Amino acid sequence: MPVYYLEIIVVVLGLVMLMADAFVKLEDKRNIAWFAVLVLSVVFLLLFKVSWPESTEGSPFWKFYDAEKGSRGFSLFFKGIAVLTTIIVLIMSAEFRGVLLKYTAKPEDGAHPQSGLSEFFTLPVFACAGLMWMASANNLASIFVSLEAVTITFYILVAYMRRNVGSLEAGVKYLILGALSTGFLVYGFTWLFGVTGTMDLAGIKEQLALDSVNVTAALFAFALIIVALGFKVGAAPFQNWIPDVYQGAPTPITAFLSVASKAAGFIVLLRISGCFFGSGDLSEKVGAVFVVLAILTLLFGNLAALPQTNFKRLLAYSSIAHAGFLLMALASPITLVADGKEPPLLDTSIGVIAFYLGAYLLMTLLAFLVMTAVRNQQEDDSLEGYAGLAKRSPFLAFSLLVSMASLAGVPLTAGFFGKFFVFKLAIQNGACGWLIAAGVIGAAAGFYYYFKVIASMFWNAPAEGNDGPIPVSMPAKVVMVLLIIAIFAVGIVPNLILGLIK
Amino acid sequence: MPSSLEILVFLPILAALAIGFGAPARFTAIGAAIINLGIGLVAAKSYNVNIEGGAVFQLESSRVLLESPKLALAFGVDGMSLILMLLTVIVTLAAVWASPAESKIKGSPKLYYISSLLIAAGALGAFLSTDLFFLYAFHELALIPTFLMIGMYGHGKNRKRTAWTITIYLGVGSLILLAGLIALFVNIGQNDTFSIAEMIVRAQDSETMIPEATQSWIYLLLLVGFGVLVSLFPFHSWAPDAYADAPTPISMLHAGVLKKFGLYGLIRIAGPMLPAGAEKWMNLVLVLLLGNIIILGLVTIAQKRLDRMIGMSSVMHMGYVFLGVVAGGTIGISGAVLLMFAHGVSIALLFALAGSLRERFGSLEFDKLGGGLGKLVPKLGLLFGFAAFASIGLPGFANFAAEVMIFFGAFQPMEANAPLSFLQWAAIISLWGVVISAVYMLRAFRKIFKGPLTTTETPKDMSWNERVPALLLIVSLMLVGFYPEILLKYLRPALESLTLIGS
Repeated sequence: MPVYYLEIIVVVLGLVMLMADAFVKLEDKRNIAWFAVLVLSVVFLLLFKVSWPESTEGSPFWKFYDAEKGSRGFSLFFKGIAVLTTIIVLIMSAEFRGVLLKYTAKPEDGAHPQSGLSEFFTLPVFACAGLMWMASANNLASIFVSLEAVTITFYILVAYMRRNVGSLEAGVKYLILGALSTGFLVYGFTWLFGVTGTMDLAGIKEQLALDSVNVTAALFAFALIIVALGFKVGAAPFQNWIPDVYQGAPTPITAFLSVASKAAGFIVLLRISGCFFGSGDLSEKVGAVFVVLAILTLLFGNLAALPQTNFKRLLAYSSIAHAGFLLMALASPITLVADGKEPPLLDTSIGVIAFYLGAYLLMTLLAFLVMTAVRNQQEDDSLEGYAGLAKRSPFLAFSLLVSMASLAGVPLTAGFFGKFFVFKLAIQNGACGWLIAAGVIGAAAGFYYYFKVIASMFWNAPAEGNDGPIPVSMPAKVVMVLLIIAIFAVGIVPNLILGLIK
Repeated sequence: MPSSLEILVFLPILAALAIGFGAPARFTAIGAAIINLGIGLVAAKSYNVNIEGGAVFQLESSRVLLESPKLALAFGVDGMSLILMLLTVIVTLAAVWASPAESKIKGSPKLYYISSLLIAAGALGAFLSTDLFFLYAFHELALIPTFLMIGMYGHGKNRKRTAWTITIYLGVGSLILLAGLIALFVNIGQNDTFSIAEMIVRAQDSETMIPEATQSWIYLLLLVGFGVLVSLFPFHSWAPDAYADAPTPISMLHAGVLKKFGLYGLIRIAGPMLPAGAEKWMNLVLVLLLGNIIILGLVTIAQKRLDRMIGMSSVMHMGYVFLGVVAGGTIGISGAVLLMFAHGVSIALLFALAGSLRERFGSLEFDKLGGGLGKLVPKLGLLFGFAAFASIGLPGFANFAAEVMIFFGAFQPMEANAPLSFLQWAAIISLWGVVISAVYMLRAFRKIFKGPLTTTETPKDMSWNERVPALLLIVSLMLVGFYPEILLKYLRPALESLTLIGS
């Protein structure tokens, strides 16, 4: 099946879901979500069956949709991340419906008791389509359109709990800052177009590698773009929105933002920075910018996470921290191998970043699944609520233990390989000592704040009145078990993810 | 079909899983530990001690997990890892057996036994891995169980603080170590192999050798990293508190087995791969190890609680092992490895007995314990006497043989009429450590077990569940003490061949 059918299927799925909500009488609207999960699972399997065009000449479509041999594996891998995340987010949303309906359902008579729920299931599907396209976008125009398709769905989703002040606040913050960053992005693209005279990334790379390129203007374009993309991936100093928005947004959406949106941000960042790394003069300066960003992000994310007492906020800072490690991989310049051979996957930034994001998906979604289940029982996501979780629900406590251990980078979990490959790449490519030092400081701080969650669950007794068992629905449980197995499996056999990239 | 070493490493993990899914905790854990002891002994039996030169790892197995760079779940033993493997299975059995019965554990008995098993599996994996990556990764398996156990089941008011201290200290130490190991991998492994044997060959080949300046900074990273894990002075402050506050089996495993990993790493990795680095920093290590022996020895004398005193003494004794490592040569390294075994067994014994005392009298403060307990619990007193003598290093126990070898090792390179080197001066000063050990150990023994009885409690003497592990440990100590060759024969071929000779 031609590769672009996948995006079409997903968009059609979203439309069918909207129609189903309008025209089919459903007692339980979760059925819409289960339907979407089913279709998306099929799409996920189809990722292994796609066909690519013989030649990209002739059809203008391929000017907007990447079909280069070298990057096909990565495009599919990132599409896979988007689809998998959406599936798990939908399952999480079904679990989350109790909290959601409390803040959305219409109080008047005659309304469906679950009204508003189906859109909450549908919008992530549209976002998924956008993310999948973004993974293949190779033109400034298609990058921008797909990015906006995703961002605009997120504007709605973040503010979805409209009777909850926190959610509204998060929505407004995200809208204003998101719009601002979009402005930077478009302005940057315009400059880039002005410098190179083309919107096509391959063409831009060619132009930037020429000696005649106007370095100052190109760097200015780069600076504007990096502001916007830094915002998307949560790189310091553009990370300010993350804690508030993550905390206010409905939990499944927070998970979506922190995994899929970050992954998409990074693939765009990789593609665009790849254009700049082509020429010696520019690549040096661009590399230096990434080093500074990585150091700032590592230090800020990890150190600011230390005093957090709200679990969701803690994960927000942790997401910044992980962006720091990803930037560290990006900042370690790509090794060029002589005689035209392709460098081994793990010697390239993109290979390491793809692996890291795959591992990050597993462990972060696991944490958010636990958080969703716990949130059903209590008013907020404070860490105190997790006290004694080991007694209330050993299964959830164990799941969260695995997730935290992996996020902290304890060996034999997926997260460790991620960090290990990043450090390996940095040391191997002779990254600057400060960067490595910042990485070590960050990882060490990570031990503290992730273990703080573990300590709270296992050491402390549950609070009075908040000590009953916690029910978990079957689908969520199955997903959690699969994620736990995957975390350990990847932690021992990293090829499970690396094999997918190729 | 998994190899015997793979079974050895993964059996405790499988047992832990089984306990998690509802198998009876104590029964499963002890069963797994006994089987592991059996496998360990069989593996030792099948180890060919008459091999000459060439490849030294035996019973090898390898499963390639990654082609580029080559990463494999590979296990193998040489003389040194064999001895440490035996140490691990012996101490694990003792520790699991000495754990309290399920009904006596407040909270979840499952977690208690799972933690011990995971720590054991981590130690076995670290000692048996012939792949640099897994050598590191397995060691970290103990991190979370230790953290949970000290915080949940530890003794004393400060247990939470202690749990944090050990976790962060060891976490930072292992990150520094990781940076050093990656640097090794990039410089010596040339970015394409994690195999320890291959890396040692490359490191000693004059063509692929790395420059002295690089060796120097990598060695320093490794020294600090491994040093934190072994509680080398001045990175020791996590250890005494952690051992004192941890539940008994965790102290036994941590002080007895896991701590040896740092030394093992220095001998296995740092010595042969970075000979120039080792030489450059030799004097620094000598100064630090004197800190361990003399300064911490004096601190040990001042302790007011038995568990802290034992913890401190365990830190102090690491100084001797370092001395053996620095002295190098056949005798020095043999002594160091033998002392790792002897110290591991004897410290585990001391912690087990201290645990029994605490259970009976509620406290381990010398003042509260009073004296004359030998009359109340004569068996406990007798065993404690044995343990104390072993720890001091009296003849007849493995510790004596090991320490003598280390001191001989320090003087072995000496030429006639040459002035004493710094190494030899250090050895002479270290000898005073033996006196210091005698002072604190004998004083503790006298204070607790001799003299007039002051307590009014009438506890029972040791039960069989306490006696079995203690006897197991004492028998191992005396067996090796009277007949060190039983272990030394394994070391000889390893020392003559590549893996150890660089140091």
